[in-house]
Amino acid sequence: MSAADAAGAVLSVEDLRVGFDTRDGLVQAVDGVSFAVAPGRTLGIVGESGSGKTVAATTAMGLSRGPRVRVSGRVLLDGEDLLDAAPQRLRALRGDAIAMVFQDPLSALHPLLRVGAQIGEAVRAHRPGVSRAAARARAVELLEWVAIPNAGQRVDAYPHELSGGMRQRAMIAMALANEPRVLIADEPTTALDVTVQAQILALLRRLRDELGMAMVLITHDLGVVAETADEVAVMYAGRIVEQSPAGELFAAPRHPYTWGLLRSMPRVDAPAGAALVPIPGRPPSLIHPPSGCRFHPRCPYVRERHRSEDPALEPLPDAPGHRVACLLPEAERRVAWARLATGATPAQARAAIEPAGEEGRV
Amino acid sequence: MTAGSAPPLAGGEQLVKRFPLTRGVVFRRRLGDVAAVDGVTLSVQEGESLGIVGETGSGKSTLARMLLNLLEPTSGVVRYRGEDVTHARGAQLAALRRKRQLVFQDPAGSLNPRKTIGAAVADPFAIHGLLPERAARARRVGELLEQVGLEAASANRYPHELSGGMRQRVGIARAIALGPELLVADEPVSALDVSIQAQILTLLRELRRELGLTLVLIAHDLAVVRHMCDRVAVMHDGRLVEVAPVEELYRAPREAYTRELLAAVPRIPGPPSASGPAGG
Repeated sequence: MSAADAAGAVLSVEDLRVGFDTRDGLVQAVDGVSFAVAPGRTLGIVGESGSGKTVAATTAMGLSRGPRVRVSGRVLLDGEDLLDAAPQRLRALRGDAIAMVFQDPLSALHPLLRVGAQIGEAVRAHRPGVSRAAARARAVELLEWVAIPNAGQRVDAYPHELSGGMRQRAMIAMALANEPRVLIADEPTTALDVTVQAQILALLRRLRDELGMAMVLITHDLGVVAETADEVAVMYAGRIVEQSPAGELFAAPRHPYTWGLLRSMPRVDAPAGAALVPIPGRPPSLIHPPSGCRFHPRCPYVRERHRSEDPALEPLPDAPGHRVACLLPEAERRVAWARLATGATPAQARAAIEPAGEEGRV
Repeated sequence: MTAGSAPPLAGGEQLVKRFPLTRGVVFRRRLGDVAAVDGVTLSVQEGESLGIVGETGSGKSTLARMLLNLLEPTSGVVRYRGEDVTHARGAQLAALRRKRQLVFQDPAGSLNPRKTIGAAVADPFAIHGLLPERAARARRVGELLEQVGLEAASANRYPHELSGGMRQRVGIARAIALGPELLVADEPVSALDVSIQAQILTLLRELRRELGLTLVLIAHDLAVVRHMCDRVAVMHDGRLVEVAPVEELYRAPREAYTRELLAAVPRIPGPPSASGPAGG
């Protein structure tokens, strides 16, 4: 299903905007983002630092609140708007219907409490009737579920006694304590070794399927997204610039930023001596974002009009589930990617779609 | 790679580094030793780019620090141009420091926040008593900054005013300031965003070509090494598992551990040729 189709979605974010008042001005971290996730599906949100991917997720969890935070839009969990929810209601939902896994389990776990006690507390916070003994038994069960060996003993371990991978498993166990309908995982494997990362991703996929959870996976790694997500949203400077079913995003990406990311990523299956093609410049200021298309200062295909006109995220004519915010005509984007995919440089791809070149060939 | 007759540029023989394993804070007891590096023999040929890959705790950084005399081996021999430099001191060590430089993972942690970028890049000259004339030193600092893709005027800025990618450029400028022969880069891009990573890797590649540097790249990311290196050494639990030319290692890894490591890397679907040929 496409994210535009909110029917059947358990989590649906509509036109979310999040700004932070700072001494230097308003930082518009998220600027009109919409997405939806259905049970048993995974949405991957890809972006670099400052793209707004983490803020969008923490706001959806009701974690960005305060006098200096400006939030608008809707975050619907089973139809209930979390942005409007009273703090008490939000506490009841968090860790129960919707849960989050963070990048660094060491800072998210309490260092002085045993892992089992923390998981048990996650259970008892939402099920006050559960006894301590039952909560502990549940903690052991959860640790077994996330494939921690010797769960019966590890339940009494302190976080520092576990390896990074085991800690992340414990975090996931805690997030799953109440079988949430939505799991938001923010860079859950970024701090881990590749072999451990592969195990954690397999675990998340398995649990998603077993529980029928909707999952939002936030990452900077396109490879992680490719292996885990059904649908992908690429964020840049607070907005989604491209959103599509995962297979299609990798087979036929349509936004120059996505192209840039794909060609910047080193890959293990690269041909011998292959060079990376970096995206020039760096992500823009969110206090004074560029005029027009936000990517235009770094875009190799920029045209005069793109400096003033702001593209909307629009479906492709032949693939309504694939949406792109780019002012280049679709036919030209198709040609440009075809060139890039066969090894052309951005300059060569640009030459292939230059308006002068096109019209000159009458 | 140079012919077999010339000695390798740098290397180590049977290098071992043990760290004591202790328990307790006040009444510290020694429980034994842990071998971070356990008998590694490895050499780097002049002009080549050697990748050392491994997971956390594999000993790759410890090995690199021993190769640079930043860490004394428990046993084994460190060589530079064939010479035993394991216990180099004084003038010999200072000369070696000029020829062998390290680029750190976290440029923010290796730059003094109170010093301008210009002062940071000028440090190596001050330490080694080179270019004493102020104007000449400032000119050279400006050149170095431009060489790593920064404006010469950024010499007046402070580290906190720069992005992570720019700070790593400063780290590289410092490392190449004295015209080293060997550059050891320890996870130089793992803290950076994807688009910035590609910029820094491309810069390292260009500098290597322009300056004829020999590069040892330490990384946990097998994809980064694939793009940057001629030869790859795989480490696991302090030992060398496999050393092979890059093409061979990725196409037909001989060791089970290497295969496991490669299989764990998430693949990006789509055309792998989404990168042009080298030197483009």
